[in-house]
Amino acid sequence: MTHAPATQARAKDAEPRHGPDTPLRPSDPKTRGRRENLAGYLFLSPWIAGFLLLTAGPMAASLYFAFTDYNLFDAPRWIGLDDFSEMFGDPRWRHSVRVTLWYVVVGTPVKLLVALGVALLLAQKRRGQAFYRAAFYAPSLIGASVSVAIVWKAIFSDDAIVDRTQKAFGVDVGGWTGDPDLVIYSLVALTVWQFGAPMVIFLAGLKQVPRELYEAADVDGAGRFRQFWNITLPMISPVLFFNVLLETIHSFQIFSSAYIVGGGAGGNACGPADGSMVYTCYLYVQGFENSRMGLASAMAWMLLVAVALVTAVLFRSQKRWVHYEEGGR
Amino acid sequence: MSTQATDITRAPSPKRARRLPGSLAWHLGSLAVLAVILYPVVWVVGGSFKRSEDVVGSLDLFPADPTVSNYTSLADGIADISVSTFFLNSLFLAVGSVAGILISCSLTAYAFARIRFAGRNLLFTLMIGTLLLPYHVLLIPQYVLFRNLDMINTYTPLLLGKYLATEAFFVFLMVQFMRNLPRELDEAARLDGCGHLRIYWSIVLPLCRPALITSAIFTFINAWNDFMGPLIYLNEPSKYTVSLGLKMFVDQEGLADYGGMIAMSLVALLPVLAFFLAFQRHLIDGMATSGLKG
Repeated sequence: MTHAPATQARAKDAEPRHGPDTPLRPSDPKTRGRRENLAGYLFLSPWIAGFLLLTAGPMAASLYFAFTDYNLFDAPRWIGLDDFSEMFGDPRWRHSVRVTLWYVVVGTPVKLLVALGVALLLAQKRRGQAFYRAAFYAPSLIGASVSVAIVWKAIFSDDAIVDRTQKAFGVDVGGWTGDPDLVIYSLVALTVWQFGAPMVIFLAGLKQVPRELYEAADVDGAGRFRQFWNITLPMISPVLFFNVLLETIHSFQIFSSAYIVGGGAGGNACGPADGSMVYTCYLYVQGFENSRMGLASAMAWMLLVAVALVTAVLFRSQKRWVHYEEGGR
Repeated sequence: MSTQATDITRAPSPKRARRLPGSLAWHLGSLAVLAVILYPVVWVVGGSFKRSEDVVGSLDLFPADPTVSNYTSLADGIADISVSTFFLNSLFLAVGSVAGILISCSLTAYAFARIRFAGRNLLFTLMIGTLLLPYHVLLIPQYVLFRNLDMINTYTPLLLGKYLATEAFFVFLMVQFMRNLPRELDEAARLDGCGHLRIYWSIVLPLCRPALITSAIFTFINAWNDFMGPLIYLNEPSKYTVSLGLKMFVDQEGLADYGGMIAMSLVALLPVLAFFLAFQRHLIDGMATSGLKG
């Protein structure tokens, strides 16, 4: 609305004010601005419809449900903060929070360390590099599937390879998937197995580090470790940040693999003694098995708040450790 | 691991051959990682030819007396439903998702990358915001919405979002790609009197092929692997996808038919593995660029 006159005023000014992406067009700037607006919103109309219908609307509804008692069949009944107080007082909920945090705190750093380590290995240009890169990436594509979860459950069950191997080393704790304390580590192993996706991103970042920096460091006599610490790490810190952010947010939302690896045949969906009951598993149980849609919505909002907090903290921490190159240093 | 940072961008040189010990260590390291990565895959291939009682307990990767009975029993289907039904359902959803994503996300990306309209920055920020939004917040209200619209047990809830560009990741990927296309092209087209639709269709879209291919493959694989969506929305076994069919198999047979379960798991993975082998370059490069510019 106020856009058209503004464009007109700017059009009278010199070119540089335009910015590089203003299209040159031999027509009246005012109609052009209007036409651009129309075109923009026409192209965006599917997204806008989707945003309103499938994102913004549902979010508002979810926020409302979080303050109601809603079982899908009767109309939602406003109960204020009762869902939240029930949630916080529920030992199973607190347990699912612990399980999830543990999964995030253990799984994400290990996965990223492995990804970075292997990326550093693969960054050396040698024969077979492309093959290894592709092979290591493959688990990231199939890792979320039900098939892999089933395979995982088998490999980590009693008497299977993992159990036999640890027995050979004198550790007799049985299969992991049947043990309430260990089942979560089979999930950690599953996420670490999918280190290929962050590895590929690390590799792309490593390729961008100017070779001259290492040459200069060689001349100065800096060792491998110093070079890694003072050159590689700062130079790839934006990529590291991206990976940490993505993987952390992702880990908070693990569902399918926990649901299948932990879940028994038709029995408890949340693993032996809730051992693999990650947050979303409990959310699913409360919402879709117990028809507690209001409570599940409250849980979903808590997850959103947690993810938002983590994201905010990560973004704020950026200033301290992420180095962006902006034309010199 | 010997980390030779200096080698990172160095072009292969003939001198390399002389540094054999380093090369050997590198290959040994890579092979060790490869062995860990591949073990579950080899295990599932071998296991699918074992008798059910040997699948878990036997440490041999491949059985001494391989049997194909696991595969032949799959032909009988699961709970009276042919395995091919699950495959066709998954295929329908995956192809439908790909079509939706390609159309809706490229239109959205074009608007953000190439059209200057009022409110663009605000909407772009909102779009990026949805990228970080946990899916589970939308799970319940979307379910309620589709239930009120009487669309439970149809494929609409699983497909609608794909046609409305709700997958912000692909929009973002395409925006990044379109921004790097030379602007002179559309300026020239504009001088020739082309409107946005023509520029989008005839100039930008063909040039975006790499981004489109990457998005298509990822969409296909994600739709194929999707478990939670079908789990919530589909309740009639004849409409089940491969993932749900597998889960049903697990629930019904449990440990009784371990061999059949493993065989079915492997068969379910084949389309994804085939896609991967055919397009691994695209997938990996697509991942790399989206990560770098993020």
